[in-house]
Amino acid sequence: MTNSIGEFEDADLFLITGTNTTAQHPLIGSRIINAKERGAQILLIDPREIQLAHFAVLHLKQNIGTDVAVLNGMMNIIIEEELYDKEFVEKRTEGFDALKALVSRYTPKIVQLISGINATDLERAARMYAQAPKAMILYAMGITQHTTGTDNVKSCANLAMLTGHLGKPSSGVNPLRGQNNVQGACDMGGLPVVYTGYQRVNDPAVKKKFEEAWGVSDLDDKPGLTITTMMEAAQRGDLKALYVMGENPLMSDPDTTHVELALSNLDFLVVQDIFLSETARLADVVLPAACFAEKEGTYTNTERKVQLSRKAISPPGLARSDWEIVVDICRRCGYDMNYKTIAAILSEINKVTPSYAGITYDRLRTSYGIQWPCPNEEHPGTVFLHKDQFTKGLGTFLPCEFKPPAEVPDSEYDFILTTGRVYYQYHTGTMTRRIEILEREAPEALLEINPDDARRLGIKNNDMVEVASRRGSVRLKAEVTPRVPRRVLFSTFHFSEAQINTLTNPAHDPVAGIPEYKGCAVNVRRCE
Amino acid sequence: MERIASICPFCGCGCQFSLVTENNRVIGVEPSPNNPVNKGMLCTKGWNSYGFVHAPDRLTVPLVRKDGELVESSWDEALDLVSSRLTEIGKNHGPGSLAFLSSAKVSNEENYLFMKMARAVFKTNNVDHCARL
Repeated sequence: MTNSIGEFEDADLFLITGTNTTAQHPLIGSRIINAKERGAQILLIDPREIQLAHFAVLHLKQNIGTDVAVLNGMMNIIIEEELYDKEFVEKRTEGFDALKALVSRYTPKIVQLISGINATDLERAARMYAQAPKAMILYAMGITQHTTGTDNVKSCANLAMLTGHLGKPSSGVNPLRGQNNVQGACDMGGLPVVYTGYQRVNDPAVKKKFEEAWGVSDLDDKPGLTITTMMEAAQRGDLKALYVMGENPLMSDPDTTHVELALSNLDFLVVQDIFLSETARLADVVLPAACFAEKEGTYTNTERKVQLSRKAISPPGLARSDWEIVVDICRRCGYDMNYKTIAAILSEINKVTPSYAGITYDRLRTSYGIQWPCPNEEHPGTVFLHKDQFTKGLGTFLPCEFKPPAEVPDSEYDFILTTGRVYYQYHTGTMTRRIEILEREAPEALLEINPDDARRLGIKNNDMVEVASRRGSVRLKAEVTPRVPRRVLFSTFHFSEAQINTLTNPAHDPVAGIPEYKGCAVNVRRCE
Repeated sequence: MERIASICPFCGCGCQFSLVTENNRVIGVEPSPNNPVNKGMLCTKGWNSYGFVHAPDRLTVPLVRKDGELVESSWDEALDLVSSRLTEIGKNHGPGSLAFLSSAKVSNEENYLFMKMARAVFKTNNVDHCARL
């Protein structure tokens, strides 16, 4: 997030797209509803009638995968009607002419043809966003999990820069991070292209710095494989061994039939986890780990705030903290690691990571957390990003053309399936499905289908249906609901009994490598 | 009873709460009233977030596959196997034949050491996690 959660209280408008916030970030969802109660406006762009739709002053239901066209259309209207922030564009950005030229082709009529959103609503949305004094864009995986995920994000940034809704309190672009420490895992260099703090592996100065810090000589300077390309490499036989810490790719990755083939093709699979997950069942070695309550550590939330979590109890049986296990393996490989405490590891992170330099153990121990960037111990942390300038100086508009999803419905696969989560379950269900109250509320996978489609196909509520894509098929119960538009189906990936990622398309964004979970072509029929 | 400062393990909001413990068991949570993120509130998942901690099927012993079956082993056996097999495969097929999936569920310190292991010890940038999923 470029802003902070506290800033929701002063925003005048929220443009919410591709996030089912009340279900997936409930405490942020409640901030939005509170803000609405005091007069802030909610502008929702989402194909489904999610809970926030009831609070929205305007809800645009775009066809799945047409976000770039919708955002370009809004920018075109804003430029045509001269509602953009001329001062911000002139002083803080570059590339406006290229943006203007590209979006000028996205007239309301053309956008209506692509997205299904009528011209009047699009115009109203564009004016509302541009004219709001303080406007925050909120998005999540509904924007990113597309083959055009990077273009979708760039288009959100273009819109915010065009209107000057960036680099100010309660104005910004705010991706809501899904996991408790997905921000931290990225910040700590759990990515194939960067070390901590997004320092690139192919920058010779960075390579040298880490070689010195770690006392090694030949660090790899070529970008590594992403999760999706790892699975492809395993299937080809190029990847021989995989070490998985606290993840469940067999449930969470697209096209799970191929993931299982890939994992089975490895010479050696190590899984370190708190439960024997679907992935762990295939492993050659399973290492029992401590869970959050059984160890100390810091976690970084969606607003870039690093917080300290204490050890409350000891781990069960012989289970050990993930960090202790890693230290032991490194030692056995002849690499000396001598950390005795979390504080010692964090101190090394402070030294090698400029944005975390001032986020020390002692400061975290006596505070509610510190937001990066925090370049030194006197720095209070950063509430919102891009205040006087962007990291690179001027913000460059990066206009994008609309491209359709990799798979669109045809006569054989005549529906589009989009996936997500429900309020009571979480991700692949490893944790929540073991919690009685949550499991009672949402015990099984459901397929949301529009009443018109259901009627046409003779499907009633709770009927068993079979959904099939080019990659496989799944049986589950139907939930007949107007929450989804016609020709759109929705389901979740929480339930191993109805593994929805058997169906999803591994086609991914060429830059970010993110798979297109939010749209694949399927058909559906009632089971006899 | 003891109260220990902790953070909810589910979404990215980062709500703070105290874990209430008794005899090495978590028996409840109390949301932090002063934390600026959650201000004394939690969602249903947060209120029940400790429910899986004492699940009867937690992994408690290392497992090693022998004759096709996962069987219990000592830490020494499991860790020796991991370090020797990864070293051997890296030597025979090159560092690019190894890959490491880090985790959006573990701490910053653990993510840091895990990627340091991949890069400094096994010399590969094949490190990723589920940020895209």
